Amino acid sequence: MKNQETHSTGYLTYAIVLIGLLALTTLSVAVTGIHLGAFTVALALLIASIKVAFVLAVFMHLRSENLFLKLAVAGVFVLFALVIIITFFDYLFR
Amino acid sequence: MANQEGDHYISYLDQQGKYRGLLAWLLSTDHKRIGLMYFYVIATFFFIAVSLGLLMRTELIAPGETIMSPQTYNGLFTVHGIIMIFIIVIPGLSVVFGNFFLPILIGAKDVAFPKLNLLSFYLFLLGAIMAVLSQFLGDGPPDTGWSFYVPYSVESSTNVIFALTAAFILGFSSILTGINFIVTIHRMRAPGMTFMRMPLFPWSIYATAWIQVLATPIIGITLLMVVAERAFSIGFFDPALGGDPILFQHLFWIYSHPAVYIMILPAMGVVTEIFPTFSQKPVFGYTAIAISSLTIAFIGYFVWGHHMFTSGTSYFSRLFFSLLTFLVAVPSAIKVFNWVATMYGGSIDLKPPLLYAVGFIFLFMIGGLTGLIQGALATNIQVHDTAFVVAHFHYIIFGGMGFAAFAGIHYWYPKMFGKMYNIRFANIAWVVIFTGFNLFYFPQLVIGMQGMPRRYFDYLPQFKTGQVLSTIGSYILVTGLLMMLINLLATRKKGKTAPANPWKGVTLEWQIPSPPPLENFDIIPEIKRRPYFFGESKNEK
Repeated sequence: MKNQETHSTGYLTYAIVLIGLLALTTLSVAVTGIHLGAFTVALALLIASIKVAFVLAVFMHLRSENLFLKLAVAGVFVLFALVIIITFFDYLFR
Repeated sequence: MANQEGDHYISYLDQQGKYRGLLAWLLSTDHKRIGLMYFYVIATFFFIAVSLGLLMRTELIAPGETIMSPQTYNGLFTVHGIIMIFIIVIPGLSVVFGNFFLPILIGAKDVAFPKLNLLSFYLFLLGAIMAVLSQFLGDGPPDTGWSFYVPYSVESSTNVIFALTAAFILGFSSILTGINFIVTIHRMRAPGMTFMRMPLFPWSIYATAWIQVLATPIIGITLLMVVAERAFSIGFFDPALGGDPILFQHLFWIYSHPAVYIMILPAMGVVTEIFPTFSQKPVFGYTAIAISSLTIAFIGYFVWGHHMFTSGTSYFSRLFFSLLTFLVAVPSAIKVFNWVATMYGGSIDLKPPLLYAVGFIFLFMIGGLTGLIQGALATNIQVHDTAFVVAHFHYIIFGGMGFAAFAGIHYWYPKMFGKMYNIRFANIAWVVIFTGFNLFYFPQLVIGMQGMPRRYFDYLPQFKTGQVLSTIGSYILVTGLLMMLINLLATRKKGKTAPANPWKGVTLEWQIPSPPPLENFDIIPEIKRRPYFFGESKNEK
């Protein structure tokens, strides 16, 4: 089946991504020890976004989908990011 | 070709499948039967919530305690709000007319996921029943208002968790419906029906479905956070624990403002179907109306902060949200101009659907313009949390979505049931409803401007005239609603048989018999031009 072939990803890739995700989790815990002020949340969200991107691309096979679907998912994340940025701007200027 | 009138066929109402009797309805995956089940449930809850509203208005007919205690009044306006918002106006038009007519209007036999559709209905039913039960179970009816603001919703000793869970489940139903409609529109349009050949009601349902899918999860998580805050004192929102109550308001309105567009966009879609039919003229500005639906959905996602101008948000943030609030008026106004332009020069047939649609424009404009008064930072301070807001909101939601719902019911009733109601009686009911509505809500704009707070059980003597007028208006309004209900119910059993196309409509639902057969079309029609083609005219391209 062509569809299944395009979605085939080796176990090694999954393992590497898993290790990468665990490393990023460790990093997000570690950076809480650094006093970054208003950027603490921004950094935590940045690391979380990278992790989400890995999960979507590899585990959810988005990288082998067509361009329309990639753009649709990207659009949703841009929307969500805007909502979070606008909310935190309120905190920043309060 | 579609089924032709006069051909022998079995309608969806008479279809016998695997199950008989009530089970044939309760377990049906037919989009029309599910749409009707939603309709019956929503209509029932509507009259329950109207009754609660009537009791509140009676309480306010005189200062001081009249027929109920303050605590009962708080419980009543909370449940009135929860039922009206979460059970009626948010799902309302989308699940009733969306389910019934979306597949037909795009030339499909059903929605993309019929079983998921039935699951959505049962989740909706469960949430709706739980919302009502929250009144009677636990430690008294929730008294937080439908907005569940913290810190009170965390501290209130009433049955808040039950009501929150109900709203959470209703949200699930909404997401599943949204996904179903998006996939249906993308995958199941008839051959030749490009997006720019799709009727405008499906366009509005499409824009609505995206909001349902993208915004509803945020309220779901937020409601769970309140439950967790109540149960485990985590500190999301409690300043004593390091939380921020304004964070709740942000999260709540990130969903609940777009939810206003979930309510109003399908309403706009319904009246957009009605104007061309009753003007016998193509819709003016098809592309502008279609794109403005998406624009409203998109900009509407970024205006939530205008509910929080007095909450202590930053000045920068207030400026930003005020600007965007004014911007969202632009695509709404585009629609209004196009509806009026559609009627201009048309062969107008002033039947009940058009009366309600014209009433929609009038009331929606009052609602919209009073909304701009609140969108401006300075005047917002004056009218915040007053009866002015209550009146504005009801002009938008009842005058807008409600009147569009009545327009849709009168427009599609002959198609849904194959019966024609008494048009003269329906026209009289419209006059009573329209008069009652304005007598009900217009005085509240005035006393709100004078300083009458919202959600107050009692009031000062200077507000008495406005309050009494408002209560009399509510009685007239309910009389009109009962007249409408009696007309439709009486017709359901004994009405005249309606022809397949009583209004001379040109969209696909009018090309099949009334009531429609089980799978709508024998052969899926091929679409060769834009909708609303009434023959050659200067507006047709």
